[in-house]
Amino acid sequence: MPFVMPDLGPVMPEIVMTCLALLILLADLVIKRKETIAFLSIASAAIVTYLLAGSAGITFKGMFIADNYSLFFKLIFMLNVILTVLISVKYIAIEKVNFGEYYSLILFSTLGMMLMASAGDLIVLYLGLELMALSAYVLAGFLRHDIKSNEAAIKYFLLGSFASAFLLYGISMIYGLTGTTDIYKIGEEVNRLIGESKISTSSPIHPFTHSPLLLSIVMFAAAFSFKIAAVPFHMWAPDVYEGAPTSVTAFMSVGPKAAGFAVLGRVFLTAFGAARIEWTGILIPIAALTMAVGNIVAISQTNIKRMLAYSSIAHAGYMLLGIIAGTSEGMASVLNYMLIYAFMNIGAFAVVIMLRSEGFKGDNISDYEGLAKTHPLAAALMLVFMFSLTGIPPTAGFMGKFYLFMSAVSAGYVWLAVTAVIFSAISAYFYLRIVMYMYMKEPKAEVQLSASPGIALALAITVIAVLIIGVLPSKVISVARIAAAGF
Amino acid sequence: MNDLNFPILSALIFLPVAGAALLLLISRSNESLIKWISLIVSTAAFIISIPLFTEFNKSTHLMQFTEKHSWIPSLNINYSLGIDGISILFVLLSTLITILCVLISWNSIKAKVKEFYISILIMEGAMLGVFCALDFMLFYLFWEAMLIPMYLLIGVWGGSNRIYAAVKFFLYTLAGSVLMLVGIIVLYYQSGRTLDILELTAKTYPYPLQLWLFWAFFAAFAVKVPMFPLHTWLPDAHTEAPTAGSVILAAVLIKMGAYGFIRFSLPLFPEASRAMTPVMLALSVIAIIYGAVICLAQTDLKRLIAYSSVSHMGFVTLGIFALNLQGMEGGILQMINHGIVTGALFLSVGMIYDRTHTRQISDYGGVASVMPVYAAMFMVFTLASIGLPATNGFIGEFLIILGGFRANQWAGVLAATGVIIGAGYMLWLYQRVFFMETKPKVAGLADINLREIITLLPMIILIFWIGVYPNVFLGFMHESVKHLLERVNSGGAHEASIAKNILEIIK
Repeated sequence: MPFVMPDLGPVMPEIVMTCLALLILLADLVIKRKETIAFLSIASAAIVTYLLAGSAGITFKGMFIADNYSLFFKLIFMLNVILTVLISVKYIAIEKVNFGEYYSLILFSTLGMMLMASAGDLIVLYLGLELMALSAYVLAGFLRHDIKSNEAAIKYFLLGSFASAFLLYGISMIYGLTGTTDIYKIGEEVNRLIGESKISTSSPIHPFTHSPLLLSIVMFAAAFSFKIAAVPFHMWAPDVYEGAPTSVTAFMSVGPKAAGFAVLGRVFLTAFGAARIEWTGILIPIAALTMAVGNIVAISQTNIKRMLAYSSIAHAGYMLLGIIAGTSEGMASVLNYMLIYAFMNIGAFAVVIMLRSEGFKGDNISDYEGLAKTHPLAAALMLVFMFSLTGIPPTAGFMGKFYLFMSAVSAGYVWLAVTAVIFSAISAYFYLRIVMYMYMKEPKAEVQLSASPGIALALAITVIAVLIIGVLPSKVISVARIAAAGF
Repeated sequence: MNDLNFPILSALIFLPVAGAALLLLISRSNESLIKWISLIVSTAAFIISIPLFTEFNKSTHLMQFTEKHSWIPSLNINYSLGIDGISILFVLLSTLITILCVLISWNSIKAKVKEFYISILIMEGAMLGVFCALDFMLFYLFWEAMLIPMYLLIGVWGGSNRIYAAVKFFLYTLAGSVLMLVGIIVLYYQSGRTLDILELTAKTYPYPLQLWLFWAFFAAFAVKVPMFPLHTWLPDAHTEAPTAGSVILAAVLIKMGAYGFIRFSLPLFPEASRAMTPVMLALSVIAIIYGAVICLAQTDLKRLIAYSSVSHMGFVTLGIFALNLQGMEGGILQMINHGIVTGALFLSVGMIYDRTHTRQISDYGGVASVMPVYAAMFMVFTLASIGLPATNGFIGEFLIILGGFRANQWAGVLAATGVIIGAGYMLWLYQRVFFMETKPKVAGLADINLREIITLLPMIILIFWIGVYPNVFLGFMHESVKHLLERVNSGGAHEASIAKNILEIIK
């Protein structure tokens, strides 16, 4: 059989990303100014974004799919890279870990995410996931002299390995059942299996009792829930978010979560599309628990990074609603929310990062006391992000939640939407607490802001996006609908 | 329908928002410029709203000055505005109240002046948006956006217990609103994907669904009104808010709940509303009497007026759920009246608080001898609050009790006792504050100045205007209310008897 060169067009952005990340790793040896490295990594993200436009197609015999769905996620990843690098430049200098490999690790991790979003095969998915996760483990422990950062890295690594093992177990079982690792072929096989069991049991009410398949779905759900930090696989998130460098926390709260949702959507809606009744039975309790634990435990936090960790858990719960809806409308609402979440969450972390200055940690909620008096602009920005995370109009967070709840109601899960809105009202308490500390208390200690042009730019991008999407969401929603049209 | 060839409602909503954006650009040290800009912007908004009053066509129930633009086409959500006979008065009330709020805060707000006026102006835009929106999404957007400036107004510039009051206000209102949000989404799918309020209110929905949605909407509106037993946020919020915040809360914000019942609950769920009338009447009567009795025990000036709001809003909901023309028109008029009178009372209390910095009734006494002009004005507000003939309060309460009697005799009788208790607590308050011996804190106070007189004067004019010739204002709402009652009372079991009632009313 002659060797046929596969079409490299669709995978070109990933190839270029790999080369650029390696190049940056090498450039670090010769370039002493780390700002240049940061700039180069932003340029890399820009180049890859440019290449994404012309990369549609399926290649490697269906193992790699570059469609609108993956494109939307890749844009979120690029945004995540750019914003993270912008807020990192000054921060890692303050933390005295100003090393060039920081940026190449971010790029490698993002490369893993891109592979996940495009994976048409479970093996590619696993490879992408490992690449993303391994880079993220290192990033979490990047403050090598800080014991909490080390703890975060070890915890993330150990628990992450368990999750990977679950995933592999699930993949091997589904391979045993269907004889393939191709996601679309699995979809056909699962459809056939379920059709058969329907005929054999001939009971119309609960026709499907194929336990190996069910077990495999459970394994997948567990592994992906770990990546998106859904309860009960969320235990790592607060510790890792708190211990990791704040810029990495911002990166991790968006990137791996988005990648997790990308594979969750593709695998569950395509490979397990026929088994929807089964996996909604698993995901509904997960979603309800995630919203409950995330929002309720966040109330008692005193560290803002931990609070935002629980908040990001809660947001994963809201987004699961769109997956549970199981329609293209539902998927569109998840995509829409993921993008909005990227803006508002990184924006909030950008403010958190600004409070970190030489000799001042600034990650306690009480550090925000009277911020409106000493730094009115920073406080106003945080106010916007907090209201957006709560989901109060006219911010983007409201539009995102509205669309999610809409898709849940349209799929018939009214009570789930009611649960979600009640928890989202509860969440107002802890988001508003930050606003209350900033605006309604007197400043105690003198807080120095470590602002930089990078952070200023990141804040400008995020706050403008949050306000504009909040008022004129029509463009983003229609793009998300196009991206999700395949389901 | 827009006879003016000018998007007057959009201009009205976005002028204050633009003003707030302008304030952002001004240096915070330039406080007098900030104040003047806010005053000019709020006055300009009021002037823009005057053509609504003069050009309004009173002979139709249809929406007027309408505007419609596509907003989120993929979800069939539109930017759609318009006003009818029910909402026009609230629009005017909101624009007027904002000017007064700017004036009353002129000297009393000393910290974070810039943020304060930005909040007030954004608040105005959101309030106007709520009353003008004809698309549910737009309505909800303004409805919730209002929470942000109000939360800040209470929490930043409020009294000693302000944080507790602000958080309580926010959480109560948000929890109610989000349930309505789910209701709105359910309605969206039930009606074939539309959020146009006029289309939605023309459709009929199955009765069980109506009941569920009625209670979902009830959660949002009853908290806002506030109806018993969801009223506990109100005394805290009113008491702790700065004067301008109390005025906006009392005059406009809590009207939105009752407005919501009229605009949405009744026409969307007519059968459920009729079925729930006994519950609503009972809650209203409880609020009237309970609020009034609690007033008797208050030792704090603002808290007393706050509880009197609970009682007065009980009258409003009683009038609305009497489901007849007198009750409904009385209810709407009483909302305006309560906005004027309670707004004026809070303004007056703010004026004396600026001088003495105490809200305790026991610290006052003999104010009439040192501040005669102030005392005379306060007397007018007190009498209007009691509902003395020739003041606006009389017209509203009379119509409501009349309507209440027709709906349920006991409701009418019990509501009337509320008026008596009301006279009791208000006159007693007046006696304790203005007569008796002059207390040390009161001695030597300067009487109100010109700015303060100008602030109160519009209220006095309105009190007598509505009190003597209410038809100017009732005339706006006749057609809209009739149309609404036809919608609510048509269909269902006792159609014939209701139709007879309507005939009688028209005669």
